[in-house]
Amino acid sequence: MIAHLAILQVIVPLMAAPLCLLLTRPRLAWLFTLLASGLAFLTSCLLLQQVMTSGTIIYELGGWDAPWGIEYRIDQLNAFLLLIITAISTVVLFAAHTSIQDEIPADRHTIFYVLYLLSLAAMLGIVATGDAFNVFVFLEISSLSAYALIALGKDRRALWASYQYLIMGTIGATFILIGIGLMYQMTGTLNMDDLAKRLPEVAQTRTIFTAFAFVIVGICLKLALFPLHLWLPNAYAYAPSIVTAFFAATATKVAIYLLIRFTFSVFGLSFSFTHLPLQILFVVLGLAGIFVASTAAIYQTNIKHLFAYSSIAQIGYMIVGFSASTVTGLTATLLHVFNHALMKGALFLALGAVMYRIGSTQLSQFHGLGRQMPLTMAAIVIGGLSLIGVPLTVGFVSKWYLVLAVIENGWWPVAVLILLGSLLAVVYVWRIVEVAYFKPAPAGSETIKEAPASFLIPVWILVIANIYFGIDTRLSVQVAEAASRSLFGMSP
Amino acid sequence: MNMSLESMLALSIILPLLAAIGIVATGSKPNLREAVTLGTSVALLYLVINLYQGIKQGTNISVLWWELLPGLQISFSVEPLGMLFALIASFLWLITTVYAIGYMRSHHEQNQTRFYACFAIAISSVMGITFADNLFTLFIFYEILTLSTYPLVTHSGTEAAKKGGRVYLGLLLSTSIAFFLLAIISTWFVAGTLDFKPGGVFDSTVNTTVAGIILVLFVFGIGKAAIMPFHRWLPAAMVAPTPVSALLHAVAVVKAGVFTVLKICIFIFGIDLLAVLPSTQFLLYLAGASILLASLVAMRQDNLKARLAYSTVSQLGYITLGALLATSSGIIGSSMHIATHAFGKITLFFCAGAILVAAHKSKISEMRGLGLQMPITMAAFFIASLSIIGVPPAGGTWSKWFLLMGTMETEQFILMAILMISSLLNIAYLLPIPFHAFFSGDKTLSSGAAKIKEAPLPSLIALCITTVGCVILFVYPQPLHELAKAILAT
Repeated sequence: MIAHLAILQVIVPLMAAPLCLLLTRPRLAWLFTLLASGLAFLTSCLLLQQVMTSGTIIYELGGWDAPWGIEYRIDQLNAFLLLIITAISTVVLFAAHTSIQDEIPADRHTIFYVLYLLSLAAMLGIVATGDAFNVFVFLEISSLSAYALIALGKDRRALWASYQYLIMGTIGATFILIGIGLMYQMTGTLNMDDLAKRLPEVAQTRTIFTAFAFVIVGICLKLALFPLHLWLPNAYAYAPSIVTAFFAATATKVAIYLLIRFTFSVFGLSFSFTHLPLQILFVVLGLAGIFVASTAAIYQTNIKHLFAYSSIAQIGYMIVGFSASTVTGLTATLLHVFNHALMKGALFLALGAVMYRIGSTQLSQFHGLGRQMPLTMAAIVIGGLSLIGVPLTVGFVSKWYLVLAVIENGWWPVAVLILLGSLLAVVYVWRIVEVAYFKPAPAGSETIKEAPASFLIPVWILVIANIYFGIDTRLSVQVAEAASRSLFGMSP
Repeated sequence: MNMSLESMLALSIILPLLAAIGIVATGSKPNLREAVTLGTSVALLYLVINLYQGIKQGTNISVLWWELLPGLQISFSVEPLGMLFALIASFLWLITTVYAIGYMRSHHEQNQTRFYACFAIAISSVMGITFADNLFTLFIFYEILTLSTYPLVTHSGTEAAKKGGRVYLGLLLSTSIAFFLLAIISTWFVAGTLDFKPGGVFDSTVNTTVAGIILVLFVFGIGKAAIMPFHRWLPAAMVAPTPVSALLHAVAVVKAGVFTVLKICIFIFGIDLLAVLPSTQFLLYLAGASILLASLVAMRQDNLKARLAYSTVSQLGYITLGALLATSSGIIGSSMHIATHAFGKITLFFCAGAILVAAHKSKISEMRGLGLQMPITMAAFFIASLSIIGVPPAGGTWSKWFLLMGTMETEQFILMAILMISSLLNIAYLLPIPFHAFFSGDKTLSSGAAKIKEAPLPSLIALCITTVGCVILFVYPQPLHELAKAILAT
């Protein structure tokens, strides 16, 4: 059993998906999905523990040797990501049954869970596999299920948002495929570890440069790096609340993982950062993303849009940390991947609760919500504070590492810009606070009740995690540091 | 009670937090709720006095709570400067609670439970700041103080309160994140530690340009010290109920700011390094400008609380200036000014609140002849004004004396002149208020408003106590002076 954990991680939700189709009663399908996701979470905990104590796990699918068969390779980085994805997925699912009551027609509930499981399995597959082509396959599964999930949104604009995402996502996936194809042509292998060994011999060829460009641009489309972010705000805003909470916390993180994996492990640090001007490009794009998206967030009237733009800005922070290309920088990025998942999970889930009660997430509907839904609004405030980076929340920990990494590189102006960027977060978070707490509820409107416990419990689990991991940073910092040290080829 | 000094130190931070929970729990019974606040403030004062006696005997008191990141600890220790601030804050919390009970009830304020709960959290974070053993701990509590006082500033929930709150939070959070945090991370990067150490953490090899820039970042970043041009939050905060303005925006929050400046000057830079930094001179003049300009602005305010707020901005400039002088007289003067200004200014605010509650007046021009109806309040106002100006028989005399000595020792004659001129300006904007109240009694006005009486008894008692405090600090300044002297001895 223990020996097969790596494959069980992916296969359990993947097999659960078609089985779920047989369950016609929504509540049963929900419980089944929850069970599958919970099992995946347990698996990822065991995997992380195993990796942290005894190093990288290599699992050969069907017993075929590596360059020919598909290999699953779990090191600290993979295990960390697997843990984040499964944890968020499980917590978010607690609220799913209540949340989709109003948002999705009853006859599509089972389909929703099937798609959710597929999407989860595919994300886990992308992270777990050590095979470049396998990455593409899972990427397609995850994308297709994502398009369908977003299209399930109640608002008719969800269809358009999904279509937008489909076009951009397909371009991204195609680019990645072309890149992988070119690499295969030059090296004759698809195994990442093998690729890393063979690429240096042919590194100075135009084909490999092209492959690199295709892969990186494809991934950047997926991770919504400014200015390739246009698909994201609408997709997040019009998707069902649960889907938004799940994707905002995980989907772009998987793309960040791919970026790190391809630049650091497959192409190698010296190729990615020395031969090509990736560093300056990413610092500029990251910073531009922070400022443009944060400014855009300030002007949004739909809170889901607002936090979607904020997500794009947060990706900017991750990219700046990544482009520092030091252990501290990468640690900052990985920490922020973890911490941002907690923040956005909490925020979007709380928005789901608001959606459930008042049927909208327009800022103008938030009047008086501070009194009517005190616990939900308190969760949004704490999530917002974490986003700003107030001490004792997770946001502070990642900001600390990020600024430290930037200063270590001597990039003083960048440090100033990062901190100024977080001031923009103060502005957009406080817009919500002011409306919710200072505007009285419109006269004559019916009283709105606090969200049901099925929302409050998962929301507050995530909120408390925001504070807990802001104080007890051992788990997140240790794993992130170990992962980034191993990517730099140092002993953890 | 048999309790170790260490647990008393920890308890002095936890106790107000527990009180906040207690206040929320007893929210439906106002008498019980106020009893919780009063009881806690008495207990806190008891704890702090015990700690004071502890360090007088030379005991080292410190606790480590948690290591957040490697090398970044939340830890506390007691040293004289922190002790001084803690004594003032905890004593005045008790007095303000008494005052607030009278004020809030007769003013029929809403949401009193939230008010007292946030107040208690704010005091807890002030205690965290005073006893912080390193810059990191201090920063955490500094931010909590900002956030916990935001609901107090916006207490009334009106449009004006919302605007005031926006400026308040915007300026305090922005400066702390953009400059203060950057300065802290830079210090961590350059010195490798954030612990407060006598003589500073930077070694002799440090680049003075870099250290100078970090100093500027610190002084601008500590927005709570209200050095111009980052002072706007303080007048904006005056929309809060008067007890908040009195304790938080004359004592706790602003003094947390200048306390942090002092702490950083003495224990991060060390006065020897501070004296040779290229940016110190610039910051001294900035503080001087802040003193003069704020005094001039204060003269033009007709709203009493606004005038007092600008006066505070000016007086905070004194403390920053004293810290930056980097001599022992300057440091002693600054530390004593924290205490003397606290007593003086809180009395003035108490008076302003008393006038508002009893006579419903907030404009200075309407206060003529009020001395006949509210003689105690106006007499208190007069004595507290003397303390702010710095003349006998009030405590402000001593602190201004040491500050002037400091400027002379360092031969900063321009700054000396600024201090003198500012004292004259203080006279010009403070003394006419009690003067007109007593002597330009307009008969037509006072006969129509004959019903005005003194403020409610709890408020009156509170303002008498702080007035007596002003006088005692003049007659018997030795304990304060010894505490201030001990700061540099550690």
